[in-house]
Amino acid sequence: MAEKEVKLMKGNEVIAHAAIRYGCDGYFGYPITPQSEVMETLMEEKPWETTGMVVLQAESEVSSINMVYGGASTGKRVMTSSSSPGVSLMSEGLSYLAGAELPCVVVNCQRGGPGLGTIQPSQGDYFQACKGGAHGDFHLIVLAPNSVQEMHDFVGLAFDLAFKYRNPAMILADGAIGQMMEKVVLAPQRPRKTDEEIAEECKDWASCGKGNRQDRHIITSLELKSEVMEQINLRLQAKYKAMEENEVRYEAIDCEDADYVIVAFGSSARICSATVEMARAEGIKVGLLRPITLYPFPTKAIADLAKRGVKGFLSAELNAGQMVQDVRLAVNGAAPVEHYGRQGGMMFSPDEVLAALKDKLINKK
Amino acid sequence: MAEVVEIKQENLVYAKPKLITDNVMHYCPGCSHGTIHKLVAEVIDEMGLADKTIAVSPVGCSVFAYNYIDVDWIQAAHGRACAVATAAKRLHPNSMVFTYQGDGDMSAIGTGETIHAAARGENIVAIYINNAIYGMTGGQMAPTTLLGMKTATTPYGRDPRLNGYPYKIAEMMAHLDGVTYITRQSVFNPAHVRQCKKAIRKAFENAMAGNGFSLVEVVSTCNSGWKLSPVAANKWLEENMLPFYQLGDIKDLTKK
Ligand SMILES: Cc1ncc(C[n+]2csc(CCOP(=O)(O)OP(=O)(O)O)c2C)c(N)n1
Ligand code: SF4
Ligand SMILES: [Mg+2]
Repeated sequence: MAEKEVKLMKGNEVIAHAAIRYGCDGYFGYPITPQSEVMETLMEEKPWETTGMVVLQAESEVSSINMVYGGASTGKRVMTSSSSPGVSLMSEGLSYLAGAELPCVVVNCQRGGPGLGTIQPSQGDYFQACKGGAHGDFHLIVLAPNSVQEMHDFVGLAFDLAFKYRNPAMILADGAIGQMMEKVVLAPQRPRKTDEEIAEECKDWASCGKGNRQDRHIITSLELKSEVMEQINLRLQAKYKAMEENEVRYEAIDCEDADYVIVAFGSSARICSATVEMARAEGIKVGLLRPITLYPFPTKAIADLAKRGVKGFLSAELNAGQMVQDVRLAVNGAAPVEHYGRQGGMMFSPDEVLAALKDKLINKK
Repeated sequence: MAEVVEIKQENLVYAKPKLITDNVMHYCPGCSHGTIHKLVAEVIDEMGLADKTIAVSPVGCSVFAYNYIDVDWIQAAHGRACAVATAAKRLHPNSMVFTYQGDGDMSAIGTGETIHAAARGENIVAIYINNAIYGMTGGQMAPTTLLGMKTATTPYGRDPRLNGYPYKIAEMMAHLDGVTYITRQSVFNPAHVRQCKKAIRKAFENAMAGNGFSLVEVVSTCNSGWKLSPVAANKWLEENMLPFYQLGDIKDLTKK
């Protein structure tokens, strides 16, 4: 067996390397802090000379997401990356991608908002990512990495899920994960699919030229007949239901005997794992439930903890309280659910979260 | 009793293009879209490109073009066709990729995507249907609407002090190095229909030769939006549109 390739890399650089290694066909992007290293790394690596991957700097995020739409329409593995304001510009495109049922990967390395906000890390785009974030009833598959390794691995996972469900997948990272350096085990180079393999894999839908096919393929999200459009909507909802049944991923740390559970994702979860250790050292039984898929959300796992008798949940997020709504829906009144957050690019420390846990739940009369 | 006229094979001068489907067209009678579809379908067929064409139809009356020409299609968001086509062509360099866009689509909401695809010299063709109005949404002003022209949003006529001036994106694009062929055509009479087809073919050949971006503007009628009969619309086009949107090649760097 070949030796493992271990490198020290930034989260954003790793996205670029993972894209090449997982056989991505095309990347289309527009610079924005704190994720510009993704395209910079790709341009430096010149994958068009090795794997044949196309890398193109677009004139805006409106354009880059529509390039993704064009590439995905032909059955190719395509992706883009951006940060919060850029992702807002992609909303229309994301809705079209979901409506036309196209697989692709979008990375959002979140920064603080609203508006131009700050270039420091934030988790303020949870609503945008998980609640559609654009017009129409749709969902993105949303993965939340908490390490540079997961930034790498989730590129592969996101493509697999996107193609499995013919649905856009988002990697919802943040400035902290994108900018920090860690050791990462790189995947072996996967060959890009050939045009023939793609034509076979996507033979029912991709618009890549008719070739030997009898029927033309049409990629569209348009249907003016309401009774037909309703059926399309119902089919999409059935697909989302299947995702909710089959694709929920989460990590539970010290939850078995926990009296209190912190729910946190991404960089917040990293911090809160230290909170758990500090609490346990003080003799307080605290656990951490880390959603890995934000959509589909680990509703059942949280509901089960509430049923088991957890006395309170703290949703720790780098925002004013977004995921906490989903935690409350899961707990459904069985226990108190509180939120603790910092905003504006500020991050909390483990002891700050522990203090909030005591203040809002443990010592609450 | 009516006389039965039999058309002899040798007298047959016209047949439905092979790539035009049997679907009933939704275009208003007299609309230029149908004629231009026919020309595009003929060129694709005559060049033997039916199996490797990827066509892009953004929002506008022609968003449904995919119902009528028998090639693979991608329906795009309003204005985004050239970005969509860019990726399709880059990822399938041997395919024929073209967009079919209205004037609102290209010259208003999609100006950015169009200009940048052109500036990059993408090897695609943009067929640009300039009817000086937003046909699909019920005849509102477009950037191309002539001064004085009445539309749903310029009910007293386009006034430059209120509504600005019309502009010609074809002339604007002529100085872009990535663009090698720009022509303005029309289909209001048979002679121009034939010329327009030649231009479309030249543009398609230019794209397949990898020679850069081509723009074929077709000055068109929207008789519903203009509130004119098909015949009157053709006359109005000749008398009002053509003095401002003059026909002919604007830039031609195609290999001779
Ligand atoms: C983002 C967005 N804004 C507005 C519309 C509404 N809309 C649909 S078609 C159209 C104008 C089309 O005009 P044009 O491109 O000139 O095409 P025509 O119908 O005249 O051929 C508009 C404004 C839309 N579909 N999407
Ligand atoms: S509204 Fe105008 S552009 Fe649209 S089909 Fe009718 S005549 Fe043609
Ligand atoms: Mg128009």
